[in-house]
Amino acid sequence: MAPEPPLLTMSGITKSFPGVRALDGVDLDVQAGEVHCLLGQNGAGKSTLIKVLSGAHQPDDGTIAWRGAPVTLKSPIAAMRLGIATIYQELDLVDGLSVAENVHLGREPTTAGCVVRGREARTATARLLERLGHPEIDPARLVAELSAAQRQIVSMARALSHEVRLIVMDEPSAALDPDEVGNLFRIVAGLTATGVAVVYISHRLEEIRRIGDRVTVLKDGRAVAGGLPARSTPTREIVALMTGRTVEYVFPDRPRSRPPGEPVLTVRDLSRQGEFAPFDLDVRPGEIVGLAGLVGSGRSEILETVYGARRPATGRITVDGRPLRTGSVRAAVRAGLGLAPEERKAQALLMLESVTRNVSVSSMSRYAYGGWIDRRAERAAARAATRELSLRPDDPAVPVGTLSGGNQQKAVLARWLLRGCRVLLLDEPTRGVDVGARAELYAVIRRLADEGLAVLLVSSEIPEVLGLADRVLVLREGRVVHTAPARDLDEHRVLDLVLEGGPVAAEGSPTS
Amino acid sequence: MTQHVSAPRDGTGKTLSTGEPPAWRTALARADVRTLSLLGVLAALVVIGGVTRPEEFLDTRNLQLVLTQASVIGVVTVGMTFVITSGGIDLSVGAIVALASVWATTVATQEYGFSGILFTAVLVGLGCGLVNGVLVAYGRMVPFIATLAMLASARGLALQITGGRTQIVTVDGVLKLGERDSYVLGVPPLVLVFAVVTVIGWLLLNRTTFGRRTVAVGGNAEAARLAGIDVRRQRLYLYLLSGLCCGIAAFLLVVLSGSGQNTNGNLYELDAIAAAIIGGTLLSGGRGTITGSVLGVLIFTTITDIFALNNLQSDVQQIAKGAIIVAAVLVQRRTASTA
Repeated sequence: MAPEPPLLTMSGITKSFPGVRALDGVDLDVQAGEVHCLLGQNGAGKSTLIKVLSGAHQPDDGTIAWRGAPVTLKSPIAAMRLGIATIYQELDLVDGLSVAENVHLGREPTTAGCVVRGREARTATARLLERLGHPEIDPARLVAELSAAQRQIVSMARALSHEVRLIVMDEPSAALDPDEVGNLFRIVAGLTATGVAVVYISHRLEEIRRIGDRVTVLKDGRAVAGGLPARSTPTREIVALMTGRTVEYVFPDRPRSRPPGEPVLTVRDLSRQGEFAPFDLDVRPGEIVGLAGLVGSGRSEILETVYGARRPATGRITVDGRPLRTGSVRAAVRAGLGLAPEERKAQALLMLESVTRNVSVSSMSRYAYGGWIDRRAERAAARAATRELSLRPDDPAVPVGTLSGGNQQKAVLARWLLRGCRVLLLDEPTRGVDVGARAELYAVIRRLADEGLAVLLVSSEIPEVLGLADRVLVLREGRVVHTAPARDLDEHRVLDLVLEGGPVAAEGSPTS
Repeated sequence: MTQHVSAPRDGTGKTLSTGEPPAWRTALARADVRTLSLLGVLAALVVIGGVTRPEEFLDTRNLQLVLTQASVIGVVTVGMTFVITSGGIDLSVGAIVALASVWATTVATQEYGFSGILFTAVLVGLGCGLVNGVLVAYGRMVPFIATLAMLASARGLALQITGGRTQIVTVDGVLKLGERDSYVLGVPPLVLVFAVVTVIGWLLLNRTTFGRRTVAVGGNAEAARLAGIDVRRQRLYLYLLSGLCCGIAAFLLVVLSGSGQNTNGNLYELDAIAAAIIGGTLLSGGRGTITGSVLGVLIFTTITDIFALNNLQSDVQQIAKGAIIVAAVLVQRRTASTA
């Protein structure tokens, strides 16, 4: 390559969070004018790496060199001053301000240090928008009135309003329609032509093939390959790099025969506009059915729709043969459904409250007479449920917020065990659970199934789905692209399906 | 460290061993740091009052007066504590007290005697609470806005009913309730009502499914919804409860003043919120304490009394109240961050 030093060199970057080593000695170098793609499964460390690059996180170890000279990125402002701009997945625009105000937020052109020169800001913004190929966006409009794609353009205009040499884009295409993605690529090409470097993060291999120059693959916090040619590296090799696992999980044995009996949960033709296309599903007692797919493939949305937390556009659901009123959590709970949601803290637990109260919250009326709670009976029942799951510590009076992730998850499971639910919906059951505690949680889930529960499992960790589930539905961009018994699938096959579609939807014009 | 987090709201004790803790330990664990410090402040105030005005302050009549004055705002504060615990706010309490008190004392209402006044006050309170609750729970309005609108309209309606005049109560039964002859063993009936409301409120919050749902909705509304709790219905009930408390308080105020005025209950919303907050109820919801709220009310009322006895003007009182609120919130934040 060029004799001059790379624009950016990160070497040996290490970053730990309590309980997790998110980055473990990662190297990354970016040349001026190239599109460098970052690839990796969920949790591989991509987000942490770009947060280090944008100054939002400080690395525990490692060095960063900018145009050959060592630098420390103490804050996002420090990174911005160097010319590093980041466009996050969650766009950080202020809805109540206009396009021009957002673009110049914090650096408004002023007279006498305080009076904003609005016209100047608007003119400058209009120039930027034109350069981005979107002159139709009025700089005076409120950001709240813009579409997702237009907001993305505004974010980019903001990044370009500085003297910028490196732009980090975190899954920029996730919120865009196909033709808008085309425009995004034109913008990226225009930027690199002027010497700006782009670090591009995406789950979609075909995008990386179209615009990428080089690829760095992250896995479990390490860069397993750096600077591979983006267009010529075979898919199989990239997939192998993404999956070659270092941590082996222990999964409980499956029962030998397929469980008999009528399905407890049947789903027919269920869909939600822009989230997932109509699909069918049966779950029998004793069966664990897994939904595999990437973030944004509609997995969590499906679970939440089955549970009544979202209202479906079409479809019917029955529990034990009886039709379930869709769009009502209370109806679902009464029919015997229980959800362990993805975000335990935000969606499941009352962090200040005791384990007992968290466990009994869905069945407290059973321990109440005319609203008056028999706390002795409640405590005994909660204790029985938590003991059955060997929740630690064995003291239901401690606040649930003091428990480890695995034990918090057990508290959520105990809630539904106590309630006596028939169908358990598990969304990322091991998120935030350390590796040692996972095997125990897997055993618990399998045992609950063996005792006759029907389990619907969602996980972004493909080995988890394959190891735990009896049957797997593979999702890609809101479509079920493949259904098979888990033993007939392996991780490579699933990743192929998840990344590039499959026999069913290979033509792939994505919904949304 | 975690003791004061879980202890006040349940009696499950804090022993790590198995089996039930002995009763005395449960009681000790429940008397958490915050409650003890509030009691300490109250005790200090009593000492200050006793030292500066030994004759007047410790007089039985003065104590009866302090408690009577605490009763009206105290009943309002109990209802407010529930609303705040659920993550809401009710700015309309003072206005509802005003409206209920004037509606209950119109000439037409007074024709129905004692029960007419009581019934009207309670019904008006419930009606306003119903409107608040429906707007917040089903109209998805922010509680601040919905109850602010209620504040404005209820005050306006109260003024319209009275035309700005004081409505004198002529029903003997009501007036007698405020006289010394009706004191039960030296305790004014109004104070008894306050005590009963406090006890019921404590039981409701700490011992019933209603209380659990209130805490769950305030602590994490999304988790409560996904656990199968009808969050909206619970919110409706909470504003109804607050309205009911305002109706009762309005009746007490009518008894106390022997009249109904559209200026009644002025700034009660601020006093009730302040008492609940210094008592330890989290403004963000998820934790509420009736004991703390009642102690908060007693502290404020005692301060007012001491200042009055020492001939200090109300402006000084207001400044002192403000300082206490700031101090209490700072202490609360410190204990919250160490929890």
